[in-house]
Amino acid sequence: MNPSTQKNSIKVAGHSAISEGKLTRWVLTTIALSFLILFLLLPLFTVFAEALRNGWQTYGKALSDADGLAAIRLTIIASAIAVPLNLIFGVAAAWSIAKFEFRGKVLLTTLIDLPFSVSPVVTGLIFVLMFGASGWAAPLLEDTDIQILFALPGIVLVSIFVTFPFIARELIPLMQEQGSDEEQAALSLGANGWQTFWHVTLPNIRWGLLYGVLLCNARAMGEFGAVSVVSGHIRGETNTLPLHVEILYNEYNFAAAFAMASILASLALVTLAIKAVLEKAHGLKH
Amino acid sequence: MKFKTNSPLPGFAPALFYTVLYLALIVVIPLSGLFFKTAELGLAQFWDLISGERVTHALMISFATALAAAMINAVFGLIIAWVFVRYDFTGKGLFDAIIDLPFALPTAVAGIALSTLYSGSGWLGNLFNKVGIEIAFTPIGIVIALTFIGLPFVVRSVEPVLRELEKELEEAAASLGANRWQTLYHVVFPTLLPALLSGFALAFARGVGEYGSVIFIAGNVPYVSEVAPLLIVIKLEEYDYAGATAVAAAMLLISFVLLILINALQAWSQRYKASSGNVNAAPDKGFVA
Repeated sequence: MNPSTQKNSIKVAGHSAISEGKLTRWVLTTIALSFLILFLLLPLFTVFAEALRNGWQTYGKALSDADGLAAIRLTIIASAIAVPLNLIFGVAAAWSIAKFEFRGKVLLTTLIDLPFSVSPVVTGLIFVLMFGASGWAAPLLEDTDIQILFALPGIVLVSIFVTFPFIARELIPLMQEQGSDEEQAALSLGANGWQTFWHVTLPNIRWGLLYGVLLCNARAMGEFGAVSVVSGHIRGETNTLPLHVEILYNEYNFAAAFAMASILASLALVTLAIKAVLEKAHGLKH
Repeated sequence: MKFKTNSPLPGFAPALFYTVLYLALIVVIPLSGLFFKTAELGLAQFWDLISGERVTHALMISFATALAAAMINAVFGLIIAWVFVRYDFTGKGLFDAIIDLPFALPTAVAGIALSTLYSGSGWLGNLFNKVGIEIAFTPIGIVIALTFIGLPFVVRSVEPVLRELEKELEEAAASLGANRWQTLYHVVFPTLLPALLSGFALAFARGVGEYGSVIFIAGNVPYVSEVAPLLIVIKLEEYDYAGATAVAAAMLLISFVLLILINALQAWSQRYKASSGNVNAAPDKGFVA
């Protein structure tokens, strides 16, 4: 047998043995898609179906309710503070971790990931232990008028904590992959540090950065457990959008609850759509 | 040994300084407060606070439901990852984007949607009621919510490894006379196992601490469907900070022990791993909650 026919024969013999039969493929695909439809698509569909159950007029009225608008405003303000802070941190962390070699890097990366593994409720708890009536950091605030718990600062703090690793996590592998050759070239051509960052590094990471910011924002706006613990649930004042959804739902005002929820679900869908587009256009898939 | 290897790039000191400062202020210092508070309690009081029947029930329910959901997700997540990497079908891109929905959809929204869907008058709840299965307000409801939350962890952990898997290995097994099932069982599955376990661990850890998606469908009946995070919230509302801290510490402690066990299992599953190869590719943590 000459080599070429031998290769051929393996391929022919292997054809049925390295892939599944048509029936198996069909069965597996059906199981996978049914699971996704049952567990993911149906709940998503329920949000919009329930929101519009009593028609567009009820939907519009629910969205323009004063307490609802206050909740939307608070949610936007909180994430408008939390996301930029995590953005600055994410870039600084990625710059030091991806572009330099130093001792303790693994420990640093582990600590950055830590908020991923803390329950949202426990996140709320640690800030209550810190700033609550008998909290260990409460004496620091004694002489000031600063109120952290049951106010905006507390909501911002837990939002930062919960979304802490997102942007850094998105940027570190991206910047590691790109190395630092381009930056070194820019520096050797006389650019200073900032110029190098603005004109070389930033354009290279902009899509990953955008995606990290979107994700961070979606999570910050949607955070429930941690915010619920520190916010105090003051209607019209310290209620964020997810907390308002809970209140309306517990009052059996289902149409309004789902109308509010549909805003958050739309935000999630936009985030997923942009992710899909970025992945397709810029090969962001890891 | 020097702290830092030389590099011509500027900005290391200020970037690292800011990173460490921000990390300390936001994460490390607040989190350490929880440990000091727990240490303050002392062993006897700690045990007293967590050995009450309501607390042990809540802990048991949280861990048992998270374990069940992670197992369901390991099975179906593996099938989903396989189908999306290996097969082509219409609507693949759309479904692929939807897999990440639980990462992006706020937990409270998922919670009220699942609760409505599975309540006695909901579409699915109604269906299950007819065959005598109650889902809402039972531990089954909690498992369903945690399955929703955990699915992408498994799929996104397994997918990159499956994509890197060399077809030649399967061809070699086939050419040596293995049938398809033998190839999958002896060649493909052992390679995927470490990634599957890490997805399982992520889904499990997330499930134990989950609150928003669970409380609506669970009904929160003490001793039946009350989860540990909810008990922390209840204790905080009663200003019982010591009790809340003890439950949180117990939760973290048990999670930690279980994750060590899963890590050991993972190390064991990698015993055949070749020194090269990308078997241990990190899961897509970027989208992990």
